[in-house]
Amino acid sequence: MNRIGVFVCHCGSNIAAAVDVKQVAEALGREQNVVFSAEYQYMCSENGQKLIKNAVKENALTGIVVCSCSPRMHEATFRKTASEAGINPYMVEIANIREQCSWVHKDITAATSKAIILGRAAIAKVRFNEPLTVGESGVTKRALVIGGGIAGIQTALDIADAGYKVDIVEKKPTIGGKMAQLDKTFPTLDCAACILTPKMVEAARHENIKLYTYSEVEEVKGYVGNFSVKIRKKARYVRENLCSGCGACALKCPSRNSGNEFNTGLDKRGAIYIPFAQAIPNIPVIDAEHCIKFRTGKCGLCQMNCAAQAIDFSQKDEIIEEKYGAIVAATGFDIINLDKFGEYGYKTYPDVVTSLEFERIMNAAGPTKGHLERPSDGRQPKTLVFVQCVGSRDTSGRGKEYCSKICCMYTAKHAMLTREKYPDTDVYVFYIDVRAPGKNFDEFYRRAAEQYGVHYIKGMVGKIYDDGNGNLMVRGSDIIANEQLTIKADMVILAAAAKPDDSARSLGTMLTASMDTNDFFTEAHPKLRPVESPTAGVFLSGFCQGPKDIPETVAQAGAAAVKVIGLLSKDRLKSNPCVARSDSLICSGCSNCEKVCPFGAITYADARVNDGTGMETRRVAVVNEAVCHGCGACAAACPSGAMDLMGFTSKQIFAEVDAVCR
Amino acid sequence: MQINEKDKSNRPNENPVPSDENFTPLIVAFCCNWCSYAGADLAGSGRLSYPAEVKIIRVPCSCRVNPTFILRAFQKGADGVILAGCHPGDCHYSTGNYFTRRRMTLLFSMLDYMGIEKERTRVEWISAAEGAKFASTMNEFAEKINSLGKCRRLGDLRCV
Amino acid sequence: MRIESDIILGKVKRLVSDGKADRVFAWKKGNFCYDTEPSLFTDNYVGFTYDDFCAANLCKFMINESKKDGKTLVLIKPCDSKGLALLEKEHRINRERIYALGVPCAGKIDMDKIRENGVKGVIGIEEEKENVSCNGDENLIIKTLYGDKIIPKKSVLYDKCLSCTDKEHVGCDEVFMPELSEDTYDGKKFEGVKKIENMPSDERFSFWRSQLSKCIRCNACRNVCPVCSCVKCIFDNDNSGIASKANSDDFEENLYHIIRAFHVCGRCVDCGECSRVCPEKIPLHLLNRKYIKDIKELYGYEKEPALLTFTKSDAEPSVIYERGEKNV
Repeated sequence: MNRIGVFVCHCGSNIAAAVDVKQVAEALGREQNVVFSAEYQYMCSENGQKLIKNAVKENALTGIVVCSCSPRMHEATFRKTASEAGINPYMVEIANIREQCSWVHKDITAATSKAIILGRAAIAKVRFNEPLTVGESGVTKRALVIGGGIAGIQTALDIADAGYKVDIVEKKPTIGGKMAQLDKTFPTLDCAACILTPKMVEAARHENIKLYTYSEVEEVKGYVGNFSVKIRKKARYVRENLCSGCGACALKCPSRNSGNEFNTGLDKRGAIYIPFAQAIPNIPVIDAEHCIKFRTGKCGLCQMNCAAQAIDFSQKDEIIEEKYGAIVAATGFDIINLDKFGEYGYKTYPDVVTSLEFERIMNAAGPTKGHLERPSDGRQPKTLVFVQCVGSRDTSGRGKEYCSKICCMYTAKHAMLTREKYPDTDVYVFYIDVRAPGKNFDEFYRRAAEQYGVHYIKGMVGKIYDDGNGNLMVRGSDIIANEQLTIKADMVILAAAAKPDDSARSLGTMLTASMDTNDFFTEAHPKLRPVESPTAGVFLSGFCQGPKDIPETVAQAGAAAVKVIGLLSKDRLKSNPCVARSDSLICSGCSNCEKVCPFGAITYADARVNDGTGMETRRVAVVNEAVCHGCGACAAACPSGAMDLMGFTSKQIFAEVDAVCR
Repeated sequence: MQINEKDKSNRPNENPVPSDENFTPLIVAFCCNWCSYAGADLAGSGRLSYPAEVKIIRVPCSCRVNPTFILRAFQKGADGVILAGCHPGDCHYSTGNYFTRRRMTLLFSMLDYMGIEKERTRVEWISAAEGAKFASTMNEFAEKINSLGKCRRLGDLRCV
Repeated sequence: MRIESDIILGKVKRLVSDGKADRVFAWKKGNFCYDTEPSLFTDNYVGFTYDDFCAANLCKFMINESKKDGKTLVLIKPCDSKGLALLEKEHRINRERIYALGVPCAGKIDMDKIRENGVKGVIGIEEEKENVSCNGDENLIIKTLYGDKIIPKKSVLYDKCLSCTDKEHVGCDEVFMPELSEDTYDGKKFEGVKKIENMPSDERFSFWRSQLSKCIRCNACRNVCPVCSCVKCIFDNDNSGIASKANSDDFEENLYHIIRAFHVCGRCVDCGECSRVCPEKIPLHLLNRKYIKDIKELYGYEKEPALLTFTKSDAEPSVIYERGEKNV
């Protein structure tokens, strides 16, 4: 039996001036199930709350309706009051008679009768309120960071420094990611390796960080605080515990056919190799596809030359299962495939390279030891043409519609470095717009154009072709001079669009984390929650959420770490009890609800049910309350009404509608 | 007494009298908690008035609104139902209003197809910062419902 | 070419003896040639038939059939196959326990239309032998107690068959003699919907009012619908807040059709059974087809049910205010 108390607040004169509060209290006092009704000057004040508490005790109230300001203001306050008075905090409903009544309606009669109707709606609703309890679940105090580039490393270091265990899973044999391949970084021109490698070493040495390199996430189960992850540690064919990292094996390897990934395929590496000198871990890996031993059964030179006897051709992939409280996606980026951009002649002409390849060519540790040599004949190019927006801001459907963000600045950097080291060169940059809105970015770009004499040409390149004498001809338009021009170039560098790494899509599916059409992870809120995925417990770091340069990536990595630390610092997670609930007696298991759930909170289980027609096993929806955010999309998608939303049940809303329309 | 046209136009309260003189429309507004309900609160703190006939029902997200809620409102005497949510792309739950958009487009199209005045239903995206939009939307909607008069058709759909 | 019931039965028997299934769900002759009914055959095939009157969609029976041990062979017409596929997709049937045999369909005959032609005492139907075209222009010889009558086939086909545009079986284990599934007839699927859309709103209202007023709430449309497969229908659930009770008012009757159409919106397989079984001949498929048309126009055809997916650039609800005449 419902025993409802109604408390009408004057809010000083905020309500009382436009609403006859006495009349409201009287009218609502006559409603069915209402056993107590009062008005008071400030219901949220100490005395007001005391009034409520006393009324609850004296009248054995089961439900409370407060007619006051917006529930967004004081719902929490009155729930707490209810709880202190000994009734369930979710037995409180607020009728908003200030913001949505007294403040907007000037006519006191109209406002008063509306206030009464809003009060009735709240009474009608509270009749169907159910006591709800806040769910609790434990938290595994360990985080998983997927991706070992600068984003992943920074996130892991920040989490580890706060005292929590964190594992990094990196699919490549070494951590470091794309940043390790870079030469200098804009706009300061400090060397990428000099600032990255100490962080790599720190990550490897950190007592709280465990590295799983050459490993991939294979399965993710569970939910916030309680993820269970399977990691496939691919066979390196080198025993990590024995290897001393001397590198003798790599030197002796007779196979020299594999493109060196670290140098973007510009030179060759052995079948057993350490990606680069500063690789972490400094342990080689055998590329079984190119290894003579694996292909023919004969060779084993590396094994013979390994003093530590670390080579193990019989090694198998290993599946590691670990539990985590939080997961950070830091899968980074790659550049798009340029096959669809035939006009630039990439791959047709060896001297047309991508910026990442150019990065390696300019790098002292790269294939040319940092000497600017063009790939075709090793000569030093005199005229270099940089082409920006190759596949970025592309509406033709061949590339990406978004701006890759980093290209303007790294192109300015490349142009500047080229002019600085080789003052006898001519450097041209074709651009649509130069976007340099970061700290010291515009100054940097202007320095390239003004001090270093880089020729910036606003316009696009239409075609790159061979003039028949082995010269690269770049034909483009200069839209400021309004003319077509052709430049005889020795080398062309394409700023290919950056895209999320290919592994992101399958990871997104595993994490039930939503992604946009470009395969960037979607953030929980574009402005207010930029480092969280809508899937609770999944966080985003770096380029996988959207194009970012290094400082932004590091900043976001830190922000993601803070969110993870915040989560791991809790012993128990409290969950909003206003979540969806499925009635297994009615559920048909059709999966419609699952498809509209943005959080992956709905799964299916076979339940033994008896709805009066006999016991049977049925597929029914099950809501994971720790994951559900309570939006109610599922409840509206369910045709049978089996799915409902606690706190906003269909019955409650029907009752409100009826009361409002009475 | 003879009143010439000019005099008539100068007299207040001589607007065309609606067919039902005592008609005051009943409007139910389902508002999502995060954007539109907050927008309504903002209209309140800005003292931007709109007709008292508008009664707001709070839902966590516009996607919580089952078409049956809307039909029920009409059944119980509402003359207009408006559904307000976050702007597409800004949903607190990331995708809720995208589903709302499809559901309501199709439902309202069906009501129109059945000959029920389509102007009685409406979806509006109102953010937490758009108090003024909330008030103006409600004023405009109430005016429209006022000129449409009492909603009878849904109830009369089956009373030949 | 005529589809012979015996050939189909022969195929069914072979499949059963090959161990493909343990029982057969098909149609059975009634007292008259035209009252065939769905039937389960477990040990013999007495009364088995597959002819021009076998219009009923059998796929919904598979919900219960597939709960039984062993395997049920079910005859599936092209339009039924979409229903079966949806039931599978929504996990309402255990597909492994069903052997779906696609059977050809050249359109089914509406007995009421024969009667409307003034033909009585029907005892059988044959196709004119000399006409071998398969374009639906053939004539039928209606055998009656009072002698043969010749009627163009088109004039007596079910409306749903006349507007059928898709004779493809989806998701069947085997399709038998698909070449006999004759081509579409007028194929003007959305004509009926367009006609209503083009009426002024007052006329649309009167049209639906006159139609829905006939409803006796027998629930036949719901019960036959392969998409309406909820374990418990919301209208049967007193707790749902919308269930009609004994004293239900007209309004609730109206809501029934609106809500039912919405519940199948984006899922409806357009088999037309709702209209076929309606004892009051309410063209209920025109509600469902309106949604299908809207979905096609607004979102393009999609494999995914339209209400369970979205794109960021979907049409705004305001599109419906911008079209047609205004009421204010």
